[in-house]
Amino acid sequence: MANTIAENYLHQSTNKYKGILSWLLTTDHKKIGLLYFVSILFFFLVGAIIGLLMRLELIAPGRTIMGPQTYNTLFTLHGVIMIFLFIVPGLPAIFGNFFLPIQIGARDVAFPRLNLLSWYVYMVGAILALVSLFLPGGPIDTGWTFYIPYSIRTNTNVSLAIFAAFVLGFSSILTGINFITTVHRLRAPGMTFFKMPLFVWATYATAWIQIIATPVIGITILLVIIERAFGVGIFDPALGGDPILYQHLFWIYSHPAVYIMILPAMGVVSEIIPTFSRRTIFGYKAIAMSSLAIAFIGYLVWAHHMFTSGMSDTARWVFSLLTFIVALPSGVKIFNWVATMYKGSIDPQPPFLWVMSFIFLFSIGGLTGLVLGSLATDIHVHDTYFVVAHFHYVMFGGTGTIFFGALHYWFPKMFGKMYNIKLSKIAVALFFIGFNMLYFPKFILGYMGMPRRYYDYLPQFEPLQKVSTVGSWILVGTIFFIVGYFIHALIKGKKATSNPWGGVTLEWHIPSPPIQENFEVIPTITHKPYDFSQLKEMKNE
Amino acid sequence: MEHTKKHPGYTTYILVWLALLVFTSITVTIAGIDLGKYTLLIAMFIAAIKSALVINIFMHIKFEEKIFKVFIFLSGMTLLIIFILTFSDFLFR
Repeated sequence: MANTIAENYLHQSTNKYKGILSWLLTTDHKKIGLLYFVSILFFFLVGAIIGLLMRLELIAPGRTIMGPQTYNTLFTLHGVIMIFLFIVPGLPAIFGNFFLPIQIGARDVAFPRLNLLSWYVYMVGAILALVSLFLPGGPIDTGWTFYIPYSIRTNTNVSLAIFAAFVLGFSSILTGINFITTVHRLRAPGMTFFKMPLFVWATYATAWIQIIATPVIGITILLVIIERAFGVGIFDPALGGDPILYQHLFWIYSHPAVYIMILPAMGVVSEIIPTFSRRTIFGYKAIAMSSLAIAFIGYLVWAHHMFTSGMSDTARWVFSLLTFIVALPSGVKIFNWVATMYKGSIDPQPPFLWVMSFIFLFSIGGLTGLVLGSLATDIHVHDTYFVVAHFHYVMFGGTGTIFFGALHYWFPKMFGKMYNIKLSKIAVALFFIGFNMLYFPKFILGYMGMPRRYYDYLPQFEPLQKVSTVGSWILVGTIFFIVGYFIHALIKGKKATSNPWGGVTLEWHIPSPPIQENFEVIPTITHKPYDFSQLKEMKNE
Repeated sequence: MEHTKKHPGYTTYILVWLALLVFTSITVTIAGIDLGKYTLLIAMFIAAIKSALVINIFMHIKFEEKIFKVFIFLSGMTLLIIFILTFSDFLFR
């Protein structure tokens, strides 16, 4: 479909302003998605550089480039930035904002102004976190889990930093409310629940977790602040509090939050695989329902983070059992994705390669999760590098990989430009190599007894630590390489067609980049979401 | 959005408010009496009645569409399950 430059959302304004103000005051869900994109990408790069510095410190035993206190601060910042500023908001706020309304045939989200407000709340939270670094007392050094009693007793700026997480939680809740209302109220005629693309299903399930789980961390954070400010004995055992209660409350949010991170990624995978296999998804309903099942069971497993905390034996076996159950819906997804590819006409374009990388890395992450979910083995590897490797495989190998997968899939639609396919295929390979070099040695190190968060280590760990550090150079280098060719594509990239991959969900029916309000006429949905017989009709459109 | 049922008048609101005050004073009074392991159970029971009043009357859920009731019910059930699971630690420690 021909589209002149002036007729797309990038050059249209929802208000009377032009230039920067047309962006800062916009109510267009696509522009808000891009505001999130720029800010989240910035924090991701900051987090990645901090990770790089930590790895550099660990290249040899003893002091290398920083002292122990700086190291404690850096691993805390790396965790806080990557969790609260990158991976929790990442996929829903960027791609959910941009594509959820389009995929259900809506002109915008249900509450466009609330949507803009969520971005501002996110930015306020981020700025508060930054400010806490520079105030007297110094940056927070508790680790991203803010465990009691240390977080009550340290003199660093804990209260302000965790208040920033409190504010960020509001942004998350507002986005969740917006998405749920949009899905219930703004679906196009004929778009029944079981005709919605699976990315919408996943984002919808995520939104429920955002709304129900996030208030728990909010309350917990306020309790810590109250305890720090007024010495009320809620968690600190010295004041008659219960430190394990803190861990319960923290993980009642933070475990479901893991599913806030991974579910949208699984949704993106369910979009990319049918498109590049030219085949309808295998087990559509099973995948849709497994998203809801994961969202629900995700609430019931939190205490598997606490097997060595001193909680009761009864709770330990109950939570271990429940943890194994969550593997079932995850398995349903993996098998259905693989079955979708069976006898498909596979076109290994970059987004598909990212998904292949995801399936491999996420499976390693998922299966080592079962090692940690079993009581006996967890006692051995708890709080070691094994855990660090596991959650990086799940979060970075899972959600992080799909962040790039989604970007490669939807970039031509978002900006109307095509990136260099050859370079991007090289990038997937480099990313995969760097990733495994960085994190796989940590499984072995953890099994050998290397504790997490330690500034120094025994000499026998040195060779694997070195491999890991070299891996971090490849990985971070690749990330900057990717950012580089995307910037190049924005400036000098070829114009993208409206449907470069041959997808059939609604976003591929409209021009690249889309117009403001997405559709000239709201479509009536007659096909199932992954019905590739539409492709012929679409070519004639 | 159209509502299917009429909202209650001020009289109902004031009555509910007074009921909430009465329940609060009961909670405070009971906190002073040692009821052993039943203290928590009774406190939770009173809190449940209070939140039911607030949700149904003040938040108008009683007069809303069924879908909202389903949502609130599911959220409440999730909270209940979280309580039960936390007690699998606390009671057996």
